[in-house]
Amino acid sequence: MRSQSERPNPLFRNLNAKIASIPMVLTALVVFVGGTAWTVLYSFTNSKLLPRWKFVGLDQYERLWSTPRWLVSIENLFIYGALSLIFSFVIGFLLAAMLDRKIRFEDTFRTIFLYPFALSFIVTGLVWQWLLNPDFGVQHVVRLLGWESFTFNPLYDRQLVIYGILIAALWQGTGLIMCLMLAGLRSIDEDIWKAARVDGIPVWKTYLFIVIPMLRPVFVTTLVIIASAIVKVYDLVVAQTGGGPGHASEVPAKYVYDYMFLGQNLGQGFAASTMMLLSVVIVIVPWAYLEFGRRGRR
Amino acid sequence: MNVATADTAADGPRGRKPRRMLSRRNIILYGTLFVVAVYYLLPLYVMVVTSLKGMPEIRLGHIFAPPVEITFQPWVKAWAQACTGLNCDGLSRGFWNSVRITVPSVLLSIAIASVNGYALANWRFKGAEVFFTILIVGAFIPYQVMLYPIVIILREMGLYGTLTGLVLVHSIFGMPILTLLFRNYFTALPEELFKAARVDGAGFWGIYLRIMLPMSLPVFVVAVIIQITGIWNDFLFGVVYTKPDLYPMTVQLNNIVNSVQGVKEYNVNMAATLLTGLVPLLVYFVSGKLFVRGIAAGAVKG
Amino acid sequence: MRYRSVTALLAASAAALAFAGTAGATDLEVTHWWTSGGEAAAVAELAKAFDATGNHWVDGAIAGSGDTARPIMVSRITGGDPMGATQFNHGRQAEELVEAGLMRNLDDIAAKENWKGVINPPSLLEGCVLDGHVYCVPVNIHAWQWLWLSNKAFADAGVAVPTNWDEFVAAAPALEKAGITPLALGKQGWQEGGLFNNLVLAIGGKDLYLKVYQDKDAAAAGGPDMAKVFKAADDARKMAKNSNVQDWNQATNLVITGKAGGQSMGDWAQGEFQVAGQVAGKDYSCLVGLGMPNAYITTGGDSFYFPKLADEEKSKAQEELASVMLSPKTQVAFNLKKGSMPVRGDVDLTTANDCMKKGLEVLKAGNVIKSTDELISPDTNTQFNDLMAEFFAKQDMSVEDAQKRFADIIGSAD
Repeated sequence: MRSQSERPNPLFRNLNAKIASIPMVLTALVVFVGGTAWTVLYSFTNSKLLPRWKFVGLDQYERLWSTPRWLVSIENLFIYGALSLIFSFVIGFLLAAMLDRKIRFEDTFRTIFLYPFALSFIVTGLVWQWLLNPDFGVQHVVRLLGWESFTFNPLYDRQLVIYGILIAALWQGTGLIMCLMLAGLRSIDEDIWKAARVDGIPVWKTYLFIVIPMLRPVFVTTLVIIASAIVKVYDLVVAQTGGGPGHASEVPAKYVYDYMFLGQNLGQGFAASTMMLLSVVIVIVPWAYLEFGRRGRR
Repeated sequence: MNVATADTAADGPRGRKPRRMLSRRNIILYGTLFVVAVYYLLPLYVMVVTSLKGMPEIRLGHIFAPPVEITFQPWVKAWAQACTGLNCDGLSRGFWNSVRITVPSVLLSIAIASVNGYALANWRFKGAEVFFTILIVGAFIPYQVMLYPIVIILREMGLYGTLTGLVLVHSIFGMPILTLLFRNYFTALPEELFKAARVDGAGFWGIYLRIMLPMSLPVFVVAVIIQITGIWNDFLFGVVYTKPDLYPMTVQLNNIVNSVQGVKEYNVNMAATLLTGLVPLLVYFVSGKLFVRGIAAGAVKG
Repeated sequence: MRYRSVTALLAASAAALAFAGTAGATDLEVTHWWTSGGEAAAVAELAKAFDATGNHWVDGAIAGSGDTARPIMVSRITGGDPMGATQFNHGRQAEELVEAGLMRNLDDIAAKENWKGVINPPSLLEGCVLDGHVYCVPVNIHAWQWLWLSNKAFADAGVAVPTNWDEFVAAAPALEKAGITPLALGKQGWQEGGLFNNLVLAIGGKDLYLKVYQDKDAAAAGGPDMAKVFKAADDARKMAKNSNVQDWNQATNLVITGKAGGQSMGDWAQGEFQVAGQVAGKDYSCLVGLGMPNAYITTGGDSFYFPKLADEEKSKAQEELASVMLSPKTQVAFNLKKGSMPVRGDVDLTTANDCMKKGLEVLKAGNVIKSTDELISPDTNTQFNDLMAEFFAKQDMSVEDAQKRFADIIGSAD
């Protein structure tokens, strides 16, 4: 939306919008670009407890990629990320669609689905650690009920532990996704539903071919929220499994944190976070450019 | 999830005619919702039940068993007696600090982000997309990575250790998602509204205040939910960027829940968790009503 | 480089701090991570003693563990808003803060009060010394080298309570037969690493321990003596296979309830037994040095460091605090509450319980050795704990592989 092109100096065109965007510009440049550059720069040093300008080239990166724990972390992030993305979307949308069916007790259901989001990840992890503990959680109780051979022990099984974390993460986060989708669904004009009904289009088709394409902006927001949460997942893992058993549920953000502060090896932590950033940039920037960089409205 | 089948059997979502309660569709719909609700409620049940038990009972019984002897002692302890080092006044100590941190942070971050979103949606200027893209990428940076750079920035600004500094940090880290949220919402509003206002001679702020704001209740509610939850539950920023006399409630919660050495009092943990979660929960209940009303208002055709 | 500006800023913020202080008594903010019940009671003793000097202890407790608290403390100090005193584990955690000139040296008071003479074991003070200057006050010793055994579990299994690690390993099949997990072990790297180091000292002996951790001798770390330790760790790994817990106190609880035979954990575990109303000797047994001959105790523990402050009054208060922390009276009161051992040999601890007395005897005999916190850097320690986490979780990871990776870590250690 270009306005008032008769103004001579292009700098003053849209002046109010520019002034209003100053906080955003500053944040983007100083904090995100500046902070990132600083981090990348210091990843080439052997900074330990304090950032120190002692250049060591790619040493930190060589060590990083020869560390088994880092490799496991990356692998876990992919598994967790893909599943979390799919399930959050599907469950969030289905719940929203169900609540949008003019049901009774909508308020009650919505609150039930949303309340876990009010609790921090630390607590989420703790509660689910209990629930999934084989000796006093779900498995124990089912066995007490008489099903002696029942086995459900995801947190202490190296193959399954990441799914145990997924269960807790979905519990905590899907409520918000549902809320966003519901807000999106509610913004759709009722006439569209009426028209679809008049034309005899089945409900599922209406959702799939008419409603979902209209929800595109909501989906984009949701995608960014879920994906950024996936990359940053940390507290939940710490509280629920501490990365264990062994390294089976380690994630990159935890590697970064542990080496920066526990290991007092800032250089290593910065190198790991630079790799995280790099992968984000490779995936996100082209997409973000296509999504947001285009001219005009939507 | 057999919603798809449920949907095929259903009519439109906003049908006005009264329905038979026991249709196949309803059984499937409510059945599914009920089962899902149980999954969501189970942890809450465990938390509440545990918070009402004494420690010996927790050691012996299993986590789903209802309390034999109900005690509110854990709640009292969590609120007023649990110690953070020497200060044995529980969560009550940080409550007002949390309020003092949350209110300005939520207001400022939402104010900034909504204006950002509005400028991006309706008043695009050259280069705006670039900054916005940077912002979105910024949403993916783990907080821990930014810990030290921000310490340096705040130190140079002279804001380290102050409430202002913390509010600023919260606004900065809330900005990417919120800006995206508002941008998308404003973009989706009918363009004619904006054009008509421009023709009437309204300017940047005039349109924002008189036209955009009144139409954006649903998105504000979502933004408030995200921000209150995030800021109220934040521990890391609160403790890294302020001094002990400004520490939020979560510092005490963390001390109670995260204690590594010494005895873990699970009942107090759970009570403390529920107490800390009360404010966001309350906001959800209240905003739930607003949410619906906001949507009703938004549905009025312009 | 960067820190020149930091130090300049220190002055400014110290002035701001002074502004906040009340007139008369000097307020000194002390940060630490002692937050559980018993720990807080112990801190209260320190605060009480400090307040008695006419100053005021402003408590800055953060979080439940050092891992969370340390980055916050470091941020405060580098952010130009330092506290009056702060806890670290003694060892190498604060090394760089000292090197950056952010911490104050305590040479004067150490000389005046003859710390060299009173601190026992003397090696403890060495942990506070960098380039010949004293930078911290050790306040306690926490020993790791304990094996806690459930008398009930062994009675249930029909075998005698072991008196050393070997007997414990031998009793494992009987315990398993009775449905008891032989070894309770929280599945976290630091706990597994702690157990492993206990085995290094108990089975490999003091010389091997020093060769590996002090001299960073990769050949010793990969050698046949170390292979024996790894063999023992392999036993431990099998014995702990069914220990489905994470927190150390959950593991202790398995021992308390007799669901597990024993646990190797530091002396802080004893608090759990006490809270559960158990009596040493009757309900549970404790074996220092895992019951192996020639038991040693590592001198890990907590120390306080004092950031440089511009304010004269506060600097004086810092000295008073340092002095108070080491006074015999405070030492006794503090350590009895904390469940740790005092840092001076000339104090009366007749009220200590049986297990603690066993520890004190070892201490008195001079069988002390530096902890890994003091010998290897936190970075190396993290790598080591990572390896242990992997080894104990993967039953199929071979002992040889693990030892080879261990030797690599030691070889590149700093």
